Amino acid sequence: MANTSLKQIAQRLVEDALQQGATGAEAIGRAGEEFSVGVRLGTVERLKEAASKSLGLRVFLGTRSASAFTSDLAPESLAKLLVRALEMARATSEDPASGLPEAALLGQYPGELALYSDDLSQLRTEQRIELARRAEAAAFQSDPRITNSEGSSFEASAGIKVYVNSHGFAGAYQSSYCTLSVVPVAQPNGGSAKAMERDYWYSVSRSMAALESPEAIGRKAAERVLRRLGARKVASCKVPVIFDPETAGALLGNIFEAVRGDMIYRRASFLAGKLGKKVAASHITILDDGVRPGGLGSRPFDDEGIPSSVTPVIAEGLLQNYLLNCYTARKLGLRTTGNAARGLAGAPSVGPKNFYLQAGPYPPEQIIGSVKEGLYLTELIGFGVNVVTGDYSRGAAGIWVENGELTYPVAEVTIAGNLAEILHGISMVGSDLEFRGAIASPTILVEGLTVAGT
Amino acid sequence: MPSPDRFFFEHYGLTEHSLASYLSEALSEGGDYADIYFEHTTTSSLLLDESLVKSAHEGVAAGCGVRVIAGEQTGYAYTDDLSPERVLKSAKTAARIASGPARVSTVGLSTVASPHDFYPMVAASRDPEFRLKLELVLRADPAARAYAPQISQVRVTYGDQSRHILLAGSDGKIMTDFQPLVRLSVYTIAESDGRKGTGASGGGGRVGLDYFVGQHGPEHFAREAARQAMIQLEAKEAPAGEMEVVLGPGWPGILLHEAVGHGLEADFNRKGISAFSGRQGESVASELCTVVDDGTLPGRRGSLNMDDEGEPTQKNILIEKGVLQGYLQDRLNAHWLRATRTGNGRRESYEHIPMPRMTNTYMLPGKDDPEEILRSVRHGLYATHFGGGQVDITSGKFVFSASEAYLIEDGRITAPVRGATLIGDGPSVLQRVTAVGHDLELDPGIGTCGKNGQSVPVGVGIPTVKISRLTVGGTIPRKMQNFM
Repeated sequence: MANTSLKQIAQRLVEDALQQGATGAEAIGRAGEEFSVGVRLGTVERLKEAASKSLGLRVFLGTRSASAFTSDLAPESLAKLLVRALEMARATSEDPASGLPEAALLGQYPGELALYSDDLSQLRTEQRIELARRAEAAAFQSDPRITNSEGSSFEASAGIKVYVNSHGFAGAYQSSYCTLSVVPVAQPNGGSAKAMERDYWYSVSRSMAALESPEAIGRKAAERVLRRLGARKVASCKVPVIFDPETAGALLGNIFEAVRGDMIYRRASFLAGKLGKKVAASHITILDDGVRPGGLGSRPFDDEGIPSSVTPVIAEGLLQNYLLNCYTARKLGLRTTGNAARGLAGAPSVGPKNFYLQAGPYPPEQIIGSVKEGLYLTELIGFGVNVVTGDYSRGAAGIWVENGELTYPVAEVTIAGNLAEILHGISMVGSDLEFRGAIASPTILVEGLTVAGT
Repeated sequence: MPSPDRFFFEHYGLTEHSLASYLSEALSEGGDYADIYFEHTTTSSLLLDESLVKSAHEGVAAGCGVRVIAGEQTGYAYTDDLSPERVLKSAKTAARIASGPARVSTVGLSTVASPHDFYPMVAASRDPEFRLKLELVLRADPAARAYAPQISQVRVTYGDQSRHILLAGSDGKIMTDFQPLVRLSVYTIAESDGRKGTGASGGGGRVGLDYFVGQHGPEHFAREAARQAMIQLEAKEAPAGEMEVVLGPGWPGILLHEAVGHGLEADFNRKGISAFSGRQGESVASELCTVVDDGTLPGRRGSLNMDDEGEPTQKNILIEKGVLQGYLQDRLNAHWLRATRTGNGRRESYEHIPMPRMTNTYMLPGKDDPEEILRSVRHGLYATHFGGGQVDITSGKFVFSASEAYLIEDGRITAPVRGATLIGDGPSVLQRVTAVGHDLELDPGIGTCGKNGQSVPVGVGIPTVKISRLTVGGTIPRKMQNFM
């Protein structure tokens, strides 16, 4: 891959920006290749392959700034990009908190992060197709009630990311990614198509070697869809809710939103003004770890050139850190936590490293076993979360728990509460933490949520 | 009839001849059909926060995607390098889906003009336009703050997109379009005695900046966002359980998008995995309901002169007087379902394979008086603004989240309630529509729909409707409320 050349182009662009009057500049570059295959009912449905590259530039004129990006890296096109960025910067507002990180903060995590594996690029197209085919076949073989499929897909990508700024930072790293997923559809024996259900399962990894076997993924997907058959509504009530690791991860995603520095300085989070305070039950520890080897949120430096590290967010119930980039750190009078994330467009925002709830002592069976009557949650849909107020109301599906046992499936209900109360209401944390993305959680039990049904 | 767009011929040296050579490469291994989609999109965006213009951004993305269809299979490759060698390489890559003797591509390609002309030609981003955009975000801020002293935070975003596309197919047609899109949004927070409320409002469409002159001025959206935030300050906890629900006109049309729209997309139905599969001709709604998907409304966010497969858009009736009429089709699915294309084959960009998508989805007005509809409710919820929604197309279960809603008690609107998600079952919810108002409104033009990782701009609309029973996802179960 043209690793050095993308970095050189970025460096030249930053130098040109300074020459044309910018007081500071940074460039971010990406180049990569992607491949995906979709298989349905054993037949290839789609094959997709591509390579792409792009470059984003941000310029500063004192405390004014503007940015631009292009997918065309020809010199004329980059020259135009620079002119427009400078023109726009002249028209934006003076913002004392804006600017590049101080040179002393810049650097790279020195350890091995295992972000790239070449075992993906060595796969032939036929092997990739076979992975998807095997996952779907395993789902069908699990049970005759698996009658249809939305398909199975294998996707792989590899690329390089470059970041250069006029405070002397120039870094690049390679990463790879692959995911195998399958979406089977089930219907009850002799039941009508109106009672159909679908569900999914997947594995995601930075190397082929760490990917779960297609058969395991297919069987798990089948298990997940079969347990939904015959779902009904329940009467509205307040009960304990067990979040499985997938739905607990979605809840952690809401907590991440609430500790983002931009939400904090704008007082747009229910956790604003709570640093150092007790915001969760005492056994709750949430970390944001940028250096987990092979982690999907790991990286040697963030999108402002700050070295990755581990940031404790909540430790034993106390709010320890917000997650910050340079801008939000300056706004709050704090130090960046290396959470700058940017697309190619605009100023850096705040993104997660590996943001997770630390595992607790309880096997999930023991958590289920402790609930007299409640809901074991397996799906959340919709967007009913307001991080400003903490109001939480989402569509849900799962399995009803009676006397410590999973009984019948439940659908067409909602769960509702408030995020601030949910953090205090987590009464048990499972031992089953697994990373399937940059945000992860084990099974948790939350007291006092409202389930709305009939 | 608009004159065909010569953009790619002039800027990238494309010729009918080069397009024909790419297409014959794409069909070199066989296949039933191939097309090539060129796109050049410039975007610009502004962010105002704390009364400062904190971010100004522009971008240019150009590329092309080559598709080969062989039976029900699709091969796809894209490149952001538009040199003839790279485009040919993409064509060769896409061709690998097929395995047969080369197909002779159509001998001649000719440009076909779209019959439609639904939006203005807008100048590409330049400095004078940039200043006008800046003025929009700068005007919104004081207007929101002036609404009430409790408004503590105002954030304004502006974004636009100017997209040139060219599609050449092995059916011999070259089609082009230029698609503008603008959006202005205002987000507010109100604070009082430790309580907070949030508001969001915005507007836009496939229009020029003159759209924001007059009634759609930034002040209008700013005041609307501030009004919502102030109402949220007073909101009490929402009820939980099944009750009568009245949806206000406009944005609440997201009900249709989630409850029936996605389930009627042809890909899910060809595969037999939609809750609506095989139900054409059946009653899926009360006879008060006629639902259309209409890509032909001038200037609307979801409108298109042609879809991303070159098919002119049209007004498609999905449900007529309660009876399911048909599905939203793209080329591949229409072929296999032996249906005609409906102009709904859309893609996010050249990086993506087209699939059936909605345009502007709305319910035709009925005869009921909206005031009467509210008066007829003894105990229920009146929801007037919504955030997002989602649907499981197989089980048919869908949600949409109310951001502004009120209790209705004995026919009167009483207290505002906190945001709550509503959940229902797509194939049955519209059967419970017992009144349809005469006040159809479309949303203000800021909706985006996501499906299989692709986002496209869409519109929704609905008149005031009454649903006799729907689950409201609040925090207070009915048995715990004071009897109402």
